[in-house]
Amino acid sequence: MSTVLIIEQILNGLQFGVMLFLMAAGLTLIFGVMGLINLAHGSFYMIGAFAAAAVAALTGSFVLALVAALIAAALAGALVEMTVIRRLYATDHLDQVLATFALILVFSEGTRWIFGSFPLFLDIPEFLSGPITLPGGIAYPLYRLALIIVGLLVAVFLWALIEKTRLGIQIRAGENDREMIAALGVDISRLYTMVFALGAALAGLAGALVGAIQSVQVGMGEPVLILAFVVIVIGGIGSIKGAFIGALLVGLTDTLGGIFLPEVFKLFMEHSAATTIGSSLASMAIYILMSAVLILRPTGLFGASQ
Amino acid sequence: MKTWLLASAAIALHASAAFADLKVGMITTLSGGGASLGLDVRDGFMLAIEQSGRDDIEVVIEDDQRKPDVAVQLSDKMIQSERVDVMTGIIWSNLAMAVVPAAVHQDVIYLSPNAGPSALAGKGCHANYFNIAWQNDNLHEGAGAYANTAGYGNSFVLSPNYPAGKDAITGYKRYFEGDVSGEIYTKLGQTDYAAEIAQIRASDADSVFFFLPGGMGISFLKQYADSGLDLPVIGPAFSFDQGILQAVGDAALGVVNTSQWNKDLGNPTNVAFVESFQEAFGRLPSLYASQGFDTANLLISALEKAPVSDADAFRAALKAAEFDSTRGKFAFGSNNHPVQTIYAREVVKEGDVFTNKTLGVALENHADFYAADCPLP
Repeated sequence: MSTVLIIEQILNGLQFGVMLFLMAAGLTLIFGVMGLINLAHGSFYMIGAFAAAAVAALTGSFVLALVAALIAAALAGALVEMTVIRRLYATDHLDQVLATFALILVFSEGTRWIFGSFPLFLDIPEFLSGPITLPGGIAYPLYRLALIIVGLLVAVFLWALIEKTRLGIQIRAGENDREMIAALGVDISRLYTMVFALGAALAGLAGALVGAIQSVQVGMGEPVLILAFVVIVIGGIGSIKGAFIGALLVGLTDTLGGIFLPEVFKLFMEHSAATTIGSSLASMAIYILMSAVLILRPTGLFGASQ
Repeated sequence: MKTWLLASAAIALHASAAFADLKVGMITTLSGGGASLGLDVRDGFMLAIEQSGRDDIEVVIEDDQRKPDVAVQLSDKMIQSERVDVMTGIIWSNLAMAVVPAAVHQDVIYLSPNAGPSALAGKGCHANYFNIAWQNDNLHEGAGAYANTAGYGNSFVLSPNYPAGKDAITGYKRYFEGDVSGEIYTKLGQTDYAAEIAQIRASDADSVFFFLPGGMGISFLKQYADSGLDLPVIGPAFSFDQGILQAVGDAALGVVNTSQWNKDLGNPTNVAFVESFQEAFGRLPSLYASQGFDTANLLISALEKAPVSDADAFRAALKAAEFDSTRGKFAFGSNNHPVQTIYAREVVKEGDVFTNKTLGVALENHADFYAADCPLP
């Protein structure tokens, strides 16, 4: 196995990781600040992708499509927070899970009702299509490189938002003590709506960015949602830094595991059996990672210790 | 959508008003990620019933949501309380395996419009089970045969890690005479193929065979096209059906895929089918729609010869398969699976619409591999 292939796979793992981060960041913020388990987070991912596909088909502009994805997902998030989620903060997690699961069904069938059952078309913009040659002679798709950069920029933006702004102070305070910041005169329901909309917008952005290289179809958010939960459990619930590290770990483990585990088994096993066992083990790799982290650090890598 | 509503409302009125001699239970996938396949099967099936003008066939349609447990519940309901005579509609092999064996043992006739798992074609075949689509391996075998004529010597193969995925690679290798430079089983439902594409790039293959149905295929083709790799790709029709191609776009152009049907087959039944389907639903039919249409016409042809109450005569009438199929010549083998021609097609653009053009025959009068294990006469 050549170095070029290994570097290419590491880039693939990073790209997958930063896209997971966009999903997981919103999920972990919402859980950290409001104590809410939001199963409908995958629906915002889907809404972002559909909004982008619709606007791209209409205008032909990928940039406008991304803007539309952000706005549509943020609006959907704010709307859902004000009409449904707000009633759930005081209830226990089971009610939240039931209600947000119902939201998944509503959003999925609603999307089908508007856009139909057939997958939509959303393509990579012309200026980002095709491979480029990196130093060392690695041919790598330009679009995936752009995804890595966008993901890192969003991570920096979130870090600055949380650490350097007034809103960030309120968010951090909200994570620590909800009653106290309400008593200090912060409009807590406005803060909640903003955090929820921000989380939804990030998910929508991820959906639109990934939708261009995958398929835009109903139900596309649910597989990503499961991975995002794995990420925040590994990273520690409520921690943006944890979500970032967790997402990269999951992305790299999943990508590299899928490639190298079958190769490792081939060293001492017959070819086709090695492929089968290696592939099966690779599908489990991230869950094994999660179990290992939970055994060593039950609150996740960067979770607040209880 | 509106035309469909009208059409189905008309059919519903039609069916419920009449005294039905034959009750059909259709369990298919109408919601969730795989809904486009079920919709096409349903629309093709109902179009044929409507065109026959028969008012003695009642069709009960239910959505299995692509979940085996839901399919089993629906099938129990259809057999025990609806008392259907014939069942049809299931798209996915895992759902078929959950429903079909129990149904056919309760004397219900099952007509498969899509799934053809090997377990039901060999030792597990049954006199009440008829497959009108294909045995799962067939289109992959066609792809292997085409790869030989195209002169490929070394293929990289990939498919999802589940039973139908393994059948696919087995089917391809059964007919492909060249070498296999790499073999990858991806996760079922996987949407990112960057890692696999990197491995293809690093291999010495001269061609790529893949079986990634539905959304998986859309993702793979888009990412493959963007990777700058230009090895020829070949696969079964499941990643190139009419519903999917528009979402893949230019990335699919020129790809060769294998199917038992295409919209440009020139037989009169098919010409009329394509035209009337477009008129009724405002879209081009897919192979799934053609399979639904053929299933209904087979059923109608049998009903014209014998009543469903005379089980032996009705089964014999089904097996004779004397109906005009959209794919031309159609016959059942000993295991009640099709003996039919598999075509190679190429993805082309007609105006604004991506579709397939028939290139030629991949396998003529092809029967499946498992028929020899089937104890049916």
